[in-house]
Amino acid sequence: MDARPAPAGRNPGNEACWSRRIPPRLSRTALEASPRDPPSFARRRFLIHTGAITTGLAADPAFQAAAAAAVPREGPLAGEPVPVRLRINGRAHELILDPRVTLLDALREELHFTGTKKGCDHGQCGACTVLVDGRRINACLALAVAHDGHEVTTIEGLASRGELHPVQAAFVARDAFQCGYCTPGQVMSCVALLEEARRGDASAATADVRAGGPAELSEAEIRERMSGNLCRCGAYVNIVAAVRDVADRRT
Amino acid sequence: MQPFAYVRADRVEEAIAAAGDDARFLAGGTNLVDLMKSEVERPRRVVDISRLPLDGIVETDAGGVRIGALVPNADCANHPLVRRRYPLLSQALLSGASPQLRNMATTGGNLLQRTRCYYFMDTSFPACNKRAPGSGCAAREGRNRIHAILGASEQCIATHPSDMAVALAALEAVVEVRGPRGTRRIPIDDFHRLPGTTPQRDTNLEPGELVTAVELPPDRFAAASHYLKVRDRASYAFALVSVAAALDVRDDTIRDARIALGGVAHKPWRSREAEAALRGARPGAQAFRAAGDAAVAGAHPYRDNAFKVELGRRAVARALEVASA
Repeated sequence: MDARPAPAGRNPGNEACWSRRIPPRLSRTALEASPRDPPSFARRRFLIHTGAITTGLAADPAFQAAAAAAVPREGPLAGEPVPVRLRINGRAHELILDPRVTLLDALREELHFTGTKKGCDHGQCGACTVLVDGRRINACLALAVAHDGHEVTTIEGLASRGELHPVQAAFVARDAFQCGYCTPGQVMSCVALLEEARRGDASAATADVRAGGPAELSEAEIRERMSGNLCRCGAYVNIVAAVRDVADRRT
Repeated sequence: MQPFAYVRADRVEEAIAAAGDDARFLAGGTNLVDLMKSEVERPRRVVDISRLPLDGIVETDAGGVRIGALVPNADCANHPLVRRRYPLLSQALLSGASPQLRNMATTGGNLLQRTRCYYFMDTSFPACNKRAPGSGCAAREGRNRIHAILGASEQCIATHPSDMAVALAALEAVVEVRGPRGTRRIPIDDFHRLPGTTPQRDTNLEPGELVTAVELPPDRFAAASHYLKVRDRASYAFALVSVAAALDVRDDTIRDARIALGGVAHKPWRSREAEAALRGARPGAQAFRAAGDAAVAGAHPYRDNAFKVELGRRAVARALEVASA
């Protein structure tokens, strides 16, 4: 089982048949530029090959029994697998999933996009932040099946042709992390934040929500707008500096 | 998480037909999926309503605004009509959760979110009348710092966690619901329930009913309103106490006022006593303090949450001060 998409998915010309429009920067073959470095990938592949990873279709006897015992009035059985199409970092993926599988688990356990992290798994830490159709969400509280047909951008999809995304570069330049576990979520959140501020979204730090126009990204605004991402190392000072660097460069 | 059958509804009628005692509607999922993981919620069927065409915000003929049940909280907070005419609602929404969660959570789902009472959320506590009717209330004698000081009962002292609903209470929103027996319009004050002897019921929705929209009447308070939220950290936390305050002031006299509190009761707590204390008064510290006193006059605190009485009093006065500034 290889983590990379099936050959059919490698033809960029075939990609647009069912998905909505995707930004040109993300439509390139994501894996070319993927920061999935060999050591961690090799370890991951080892885990996969030794069977340490469970899948959404695992033949768990309890699950099978529960599914068989379910007597719905109509429609599908409890636990009945559902086809799910996801477009991730510009590539189409087709999966058959137990409807309980979250988008986070589909990304990590089914498709091996392990850059997206599982922190609390309850929507309280932001480590699992990804973009769905350009909006940042907590992948741990999203059922994958509910995002059938959607466009997902993960941390693996940000770098382009070996060049870090400006937000990634700013995090490196500012040393905006210690252990790094929350960093993919912080980076994805920051990418979304910049777009939200550009189009004028308000926040709880905005003095007057009645006023429109692009949001001024003061330190208070950055802290409020990044508040969905916790960092247990407490790298906040440098995270704010990194966000500020990118924001200043854009204005 | 218990196994469930997944059904996607493309039309409202389909969603209602697929509903049932053992089914739950799934919109943003921020609360439901979390509760399913901890098995507080164990639906046999999940009806995905996220693709229903209930995601618009439009002006009503009456001059108000109609917000579709599936409008994400972030979109509602940032819609020009809401920001300009109902800044109180924008502020309340933006004070809740995180940007990621506000992108997922919907108007209807926000109304229907469950309490964050520790004993409700954690199934290892056997006693919770809301989760298991008749099992008792562990919070009454347990840790109850975040619990209700108004309108609680022997059976339940949980609070409603929504910020949005507090602003909606102050704005006198109407909730439109559709079910097997047709469409109903429920004033927000009658939508959520006090716990009484049936704390398992958070709202007056009937089985199979789906929230389709929230309507706001024409607003008279955009010029002088404020949502104040007091919590344990600066952001991304539930309210200990929150206040939606709105004033209609003319000729240095308060013609009308709206006060609703969050974090203090099983439902958004509209304080008509505080409003009465303000009506006819001159805006100022004296009237605002009187409103705060009136808002908490009937409060009944428990072991750990007596601080909410004084906090509620001061939060009402502070919210009014900011609103009138």
